[in-house]
Amino acid sequence: MIGGYVITILITVVIYAILAHSLNIITGHAGQISLGHAAFFGIGAYSSALLYTEAGLPFWISVPLAAVVSGFIGALLGIPCLRVRDDFLAITTMGINFVVEAVFLYIPFFGGAMGIGGINLPRWFGREMTKPEYFFLIVMVFLLLLLLDRRLGRSWIGLAWASIREDEQSAEAMGVDVVRFKVMAFILGSSIAGLAGGFYAHFLTFIMPQNFGFGQSILILCMVVFGGIGTRWGPILGAIILGILPEISRPIMEYRTLVYGLLLLAMMRFQPGGLLGAESILPKFLRMVLRRS
Amino acid sequence: MLLKVVDLSKEFDGLRALDRVSFTAEEGEILGIIGPNGAGKTTLFNLISGIYPASSGEIHFQGRSILQMKPHEISHLGIGRTFQIVRPFQNLDVETNILVACGHPFYPDLWRSAEPFRKNEILEEVQMIIERTGLRPYTKQLARNLPLGFKKRLEIARALALHPRLLLLDEPSGGLRFEESTQLMDLIRRVRDQGISVLLIEHNMQVVMDLCERIVVLDHGTRIAEGTPGEIRSNPRVIQAYLGKET
Repeated sequence: MIGGYVITILITVVIYAILAHSLNIITGHAGQISLGHAAFFGIGAYSSALLYTEAGLPFWISVPLAAVVSGFIGALLGIPCLRVRDDFLAITTMGINFVVEAVFLYIPFFGGAMGIGGINLPRWFGREMTKPEYFFLIVMVFLLLLLLDRRLGRSWIGLAWASIREDEQSAEAMGVDVVRFKVMAFILGSSIAGLAGGFYAHFLTFIMPQNFGFGQSILILCMVVFGGIGTRWGPILGAIILGILPEISRPIMEYRTLVYGLLLLAMMRFQPGGLLGAESILPKFLRMVLRRS
Repeated sequence: MLLKVVDLSKEFDGLRALDRVSFTAEEGEILGIIGPNGAGKTTLFNLISGIYPASSGEIHFQGRSILQMKPHEISHLGIGRTFQIVRPFQNLDVETNILVACGHPFYPDLWRSAEPFRKNEILEEVQMIIERTGLRPYTKQLARNLPLGFKKRLEIARALALHPRLLLLDEPSGGLRFEESTQLMDLIRRVRDQGISVLLIEHNMQVVMDLCERIVVLDHGTRIAEGTPGEIRSNPRVIQAYLGKET
């Protein structure tokens, strides 16, 4: 039905969309910049890989556990980090990313530079899942996450996050426990990134430290900013466009970092809200078209 | 006695911004805090609302020490505040700005804070506050698009949604035209008439003298006078602090 190559791209794009969505909770909703999101993606991937290959747990247990581990480590790292603001937070999260990558690389338990292999696609009905089935599974999970996001956006938690994003001092004066709600966003974002890591590990079948470096963090941030930080659909659109672009054009693949860097600069200069930001050209254009028809 | 401040001091790197200031505020009164620039008025507010820890001294609210409390805990006790340089949630609309404060009973509990915020009784309360503070024409406007006078009203509206016993208003008439400031003073008087005490930092003497029952005067971090507007007007130390010594 669909070729193996196409399904590979599709699965990668959905995993990136989940990642962008999870960073959007921290950076878009709660307004806390993170330059180290790939660390939690990696923690999830390594946890589920080790739980699967070493502890012998099935995919259906190792991946949810990976999310729990990521969320837990996110809480441990988030509680001290989130007491600092803005640029300090950016540097601290970046540091976390380098440390986590170094731990994977230099501690033999994590497989060193060779990484971990022998992770398989999940089994169901007595056989291994096909790639299209796997694609369907993670799309379903992603839809559930989006429902959760909508629910949270309409709750007091979402409102507290918005107030922290706008002005921390005012938020505190309105009775919002700023540190607690920031940590909450950080835990949720980290555990969803960990879930994405679990899906990624079982799809790639082997993982290496380089998959979870600082460059990856920047790529995720690019997707969020490009699509529209803080919007529900923007980061997904960003993940789709930036995930597919290098696949359809070789030159873009080769100059990937350069292209993304330029794109980010251009967005900051001309469309700081991203493609789907409230003040951006695309939504304005769509509204105009809708009004005409 | 609603608020009791005893020997409150605050040092910033050796600079004494407040030096053993004491005063009390009673239920249902408007207490003016005046003094020249740099007298320590805003520092006093920041200590009462918990933004800075005090260097020494005591603050009691309804008989309870609030010295060690964090800003969000203090707001839960019923102390609302506004800021000298307005800080509404700029990219949220007026209604949502007020809603944030309406959530204060829900935030401390994880499960209750996961409840949806659009509930009828809460929206009705927001509408009531919007009506009371004269923000009706701006309900759906983003806070950043409001004229300054209405941003100040919005800050008061937000503070009212906390069901406060005490409001700390930091220069509400600063930067406003005469009519705007008169309207704002009417609003403050109505707030007081509902039984909410007000601490008012104000530079406009006309406003202070009209509105306040009692006035505390600060200069260089110390309290130099306290009394009724009439007493303050004729107090030689106050005149000296404002106009300088005759030579």
